Amino acid sequence: MRENLLEIKNLYVEYKSDKGITGEKQVIHAVNGVDLTVRKGEILAIAGESGCGKSTLAKSIIRLEPAKCGQIFFNGKNVLEMNKFELKNYRKHAQMVFQNPYASLNPKMRIIDTLKEPLKINTNLSEIEMLNIIKEKSEKVGLDIECLKLYPHEFSGGQRQRIAIARALVLNPDLILADEPVSALDVSIQAQIINLLRELKNDYKLTFILITHDMSVIRYLADRVAIMYLGEIVEFGKTSQIFINPKHPYTKALLSAVPKIDGSPQERIILEGDLPSPSNLPSGCKFHTRCPNCMDICTKCSPGETQIFEDHVVKCFLYMRLNTRL
Amino acid sequence: MKVLEVENLNLGFDCDDGYHQALYDVTFSVECGKMLALVGESGCGKTISAMSILQLLPKRARITSGVITFDNKNLIEMSSSELQHIRGRRIALIPQDPMTSLNPLFTVGDQLLEVIKIHQGLSGEKAYKKAIEAFEEVQIPCAEERLKSYPHEFSGGMKQRAIIAMALACNAEILIADEPTTALDVTIQAQIMDLMHKIKAERNTAILLITHDLALVKENADTVSVMYAGRIVESAPASEFFANPLHPYSKALLNSIPSQRGKTLDTICGQPPSIQQKISGCRFHPRCKHVMEVCSENIPKNYYINKDHFSACFLTKGFGQESL
Repeated sequence: MRENLLEIKNLYVEYKSDKGITGEKQVIHAVNGVDLTVRKGEILAIAGESGCGKSTLAKSIIRLEPAKCGQIFFNGKNVLEMNKFELKNYRKHAQMVFQNPYASLNPKMRIIDTLKEPLKINTNLSEIEMLNIIKEKSEKVGLDIECLKLYPHEFSGGQRQRIAIARALVLNPDLILADEPVSALDVSIQAQIINLLRELKNDYKLTFILITHDMSVIRYLADRVAIMYLGEIVEFGKTSQIFINPKHPYTKALLSAVPKIDGSPQERIILEGDLPSPSNLPSGCKFHTRCPNCMDICTKCSPGETQIFEDHVVKCFLYMRLNTRL
Repeated sequence: MKVLEVENLNLGFDCDDGYHQALYDVTFSVECGKMLALVGESGCGKTISAMSILQLLPKRARITSGVITFDNKNLIEMSSSELQHIRGRRIALIPQDPMTSLNPLFTVGDQLLEVIKIHQGLSGEKAYKKAIEAFEEVQIPCAEERLKSYPHEFSGGMKQRAIIAMALACNAEILIADEPTTALDVTIQAQIMDLMHKIKAERNTAILLITHDLALVKENADTVSVMYAGRIVESAPASEFFANPLHPYSKALLNSIPSQRGKTLDTICGQPPSIQQKISGCRFHPRCKHVMEVCSENIPKNYYINKDHFSACFLTKGFGQESL
């Protein structure tokens, strides 16, 4: 088995919202006890619907959001306990590509300056060395060298996302966190970026954490996938296994709700209602308010992890019984 | 039965640097109890085609030619007071973003009642009853209670339901759904599409679905029209379209969807053109894999391989007919 690059243990992240009319501060529980390991060289996908906490989780991994408690180990070092210098060094190795390429590039900076910024801050390279690195990475992501003089508004969405990826690459990171890297793009452009991500993973032996709600992208790219619901990982395992044999009722409903282009349409599980508010979490299993298999116990206790196979974990009472029998 | 026909619609924008054409001879029709999907990438003219049906066009847009027939009348030539009897009452619109399409200062009930009062002529108790019925039909729980809520108290899926309820309350004959689920999550998308199917089957409503999601089209639509840079390049019954796509653009779109793992995805090189760009011949030829000399010189006609399936490509010319 491959080495772990990142280990997250029992991570909680909370936001405090402004005072409501009643004067009470609301606490929004965005991430509730996440355990996750990321292996070297894999693409790990975090999937879930909007508001389930996947972006917050990514941000807290590079400490853009402070965690309430828990531990995050990167190469054995606890990220949450790092001091300023260690953190700066850590962020060289873990880079992020943001969701919206229209907002994540500074409109007042030429592309070349945007790409040079991380090198200036983190290295002592000479101007020529920096230029060489920038040229290499730009070519890698398919950007024309001539374009480097231009400003972001002169590029299309797909090109901007390539720039954002190049910016993440210039420091030769080990880990790239990609937060919905293709969801703002059209299908034909989406395919170009997906191909690029796959190529980069192979060429640079990169590890990716891919955050997306698009199941077809996950099935195509990811080695393993974690399904999130209301700040918890409800199911985690190999992509192929989860797509063929989903266990958690939420995963089943989620996968069945995705329209498919190939194969015959399957039975659709339509969930009732909406995602409950993360400021007022349901008791017991967080999914019980919408679960078609809800039992008595689900409303009272929250289920622990059950190992279905090696590398396939689910949090649901339906399988806990099964496990104790084994 | 065809309820709405758009024929040879040409539309453009008067910009500071002159007139730029955005739609080229757009032709499609919607039938009772059927769903037509207009598919294409952003900026290809799907939304503007739909908006020209309701004559809800930006000031700079100008229709240069074309006929939109509804109930034996041409919607383009109608006065705005005549149009008011059709908009919302007989042709309803479900806009793309449910978050911004309701007025935040009025309760959802007020907004629904307004529609019922104006279009149905009902008032008081009767209108209120009708509103509750409409909410129940779109499966909003505690309908009576929920009429008093403000839009911000609704989730995205609920807002979209409330808007669909407005269309249902007036028994609209045609529903124009402009990316109705793009802003929603997949599980909510499944709920909304389920509801649209029910409306289609029970009320025999014609639905025009505008989307960029081919998988959604495959599972829901009866007919597909693919748009590229202002022109409909292929049109066919959905089952036939997915089994046998003809136009290179349709094929490329279908191949660029991630499906089989490990296989490198086909991509379409370059970008869709902006409306300022003048392209000679076939609008797709600068990005087409099968480009021939003739493609840059002449505009391909619609070549039919059968009564319902045409493709505007010279490759289809070999085995298709110009008209049937």
